[in-house]
Amino acid sequence: MDKKLEPIVQALQEKFATSLEEFRDEVHVFVKAENIVEALTLLRDKYEFELLSALTASDYLNLQQSPRFHVIYQLSSIARNLTLQLRVPLDGDNPKLPTATGVYDVANWRERELLDMFGIEIEGHPDPRRILMPEGTEGHPLRKDFPLGYEEPQFTFNIDEIDLHKPYAKE
Amino acid sequence: MAQLEEANLDLYKHLVSERALTGETMLLNMGPQHPSTHGVLRLLLELDGETVINCIPDIGYLHTGIEKNMEAKTYLKAEVMSDRLDYMNTMGNNLAYVLAVEKLVGLDVPPRAQAIRVILTELQRIASHLVFLGAFGLDLAAMSVFLYCFREREAILDIAELCSGQRMMTTYFRPGGLWRDVPVEFETAVRDFLKMFPKRVDEYESLLTKNPILLDRTVGIGKLDVATALQHGVTGPPLRASGLNWDLRKAHPYSGYEQYDFNIPTRTEGDTFARYIVRIEEFRESLKIVEQALNKLPLGPVNSDNRKFVPPPRSELGVSMEAVIHHFKLWTEGFPAPKASVYSAVESPRGELGVYLEGDGGPKPQRVHWRTPSFDNLSALEKMVRGHLVADLVAILASIDIVLGDIDR
Repeated sequence: MDKKLEPIVQALQEKFATSLEEFRDEVHVFVKAENIVEALTLLRDKYEFELLSALTASDYLNLQQSPRFHVIYQLSSIARNLTLQLRVPLDGDNPKLPTATGVYDVANWRERELLDMFGIEIEGHPDPRRILMPEGTEGHPLRKDFPLGYEEPQFTFNIDEIDLHKPYAKE
Repeated sequence: MAQLEEANLDLYKHLVSERALTGETMLLNMGPQHPSTHGVLRLLLELDGETVINCIPDIGYLHTGIEKNMEAKTYLKAEVMSDRLDYMNTMGNNLAYVLAVEKLVGLDVPPRAQAIRVILTELQRIASHLVFLGAFGLDLAAMSVFLYCFREREAILDIAELCSGQRMMTTYFRPGGLWRDVPVEFETAVRDFLKMFPKRVDEYESLLTKNPILLDRTVGIGKLDVATALQHGVTGPPLRASGLNWDLRKAHPYSGYEQYDFNIPTRTEGDTFARYIVRIEEFRESLKIVEQALNKLPLGPVNSDNRKFVPPPRSELGVSMEAVIHHFKLWTEGFPAPKASVYSAVESPRGELGVYLEGDGGPKPQRVHWRTPSFDNLSALEKMVRGHLVADLVAILASIDIVLGDIDR
């Protein structure tokens, strides 16, 4: 880990009891959903992470990993030339996240994308509409159970369950 | 018809001012089919006469589901889709993607491949800025610049074709190196371009930079201060035109950018003219980089010799059983990547182009996310256009230099 990052990660750990993951010089800090706005505010105001570079999510349904979603906040500090990633694990049924629009304006569009693509509900979002898919679309395309083609995706753990209501001739 | 109008207004009620609801101001759709929106972008404008009060961008008309599609392809095959995102900066997208893959699997790239990557992405940056300049001129009714810019852009696309066989959808950079080495004509072609282009930049400048009509329409228009820019995640030339010296080529050098001597042009005004002049300066800086990289272009292989990730050369297939096995494995199954994630970013002509790449231990990615600069840059548009005329909106939009394929993904 970068020496300049150590005190920042330590402060986060003390304040929010976060856990840590490192891979190829990248630091990922796991934060609970209820603490994320406070953590982002702390990082922006005290540690000069001015830029929310990316805000996205990942769905682990196919790996049967719990919790199902990880929301990823990629932060950059221009003044200190550092990057840091916050990850928020979210449960599969009824995933909810408090909005970060009060901290970074760009979160407005990025959170609409989360809502659109993953169906993650953003609490307190000023403009909760879909952003890329048209209004009235059913489902959330980047979820793993959303079909890429025309057929419903089957995983090893639910192959029979899906098969029951698949529309093809059986025997 | 009446029903439709009611439904539409309901959707945007919380975004427009009170006056729009009483009918005092007008709501007007600009786009999606409009030549000045640079693609299929719809802007819902609230107008008081000619003055823009609110601007609500509506994106997604060019959504292609590339992120979802990439999850269903092997790492090598998924690269082909990266060209289709930002179609003005194909080599840059390839670079962002291969750097992410190389970081994920831990693959080294030989110095010759790195230098060729730098030369080609910088040429691509020039080509992208040429399209910007042409379209910018066109939006301000300077038709001739467009034709000159596209003439020079063609020379760059010819170089891309020389290397990869394709003008635009190149997929020339591969994880671990390049598709193949550049042909012998490459150096002459690039040197010819380096000789011709500086004079052409001066020509564009003589047409535009001191043109009173252009100055009237751009100076002081669409101001963006650094704080707002950062809040909206604006990067690239728009951020540098506001006065912040932030360029990933200097801040987190990749692909050997630390060896080259170049400046980051910045301005402090943050208006449309500053964004234009920053890009003109970037032409010259890119030329410097290309020249240096070409002068000390190292000899050697252009691909990593790690056969687990890079296919063996054709010549080995006839004599080595191992090569045949590697070839077969790579082209059928693909190579596996660890169950971990990386975020790697490059400086595209539009700003920070980031790739979040996550593997699941198998040969296909678990998740690919493109942090595209146009998306964030466009989100600042509403703050830039408020209080300006509709005609200025066109100039401001052109000066952000959006690419819709980049926004909608």
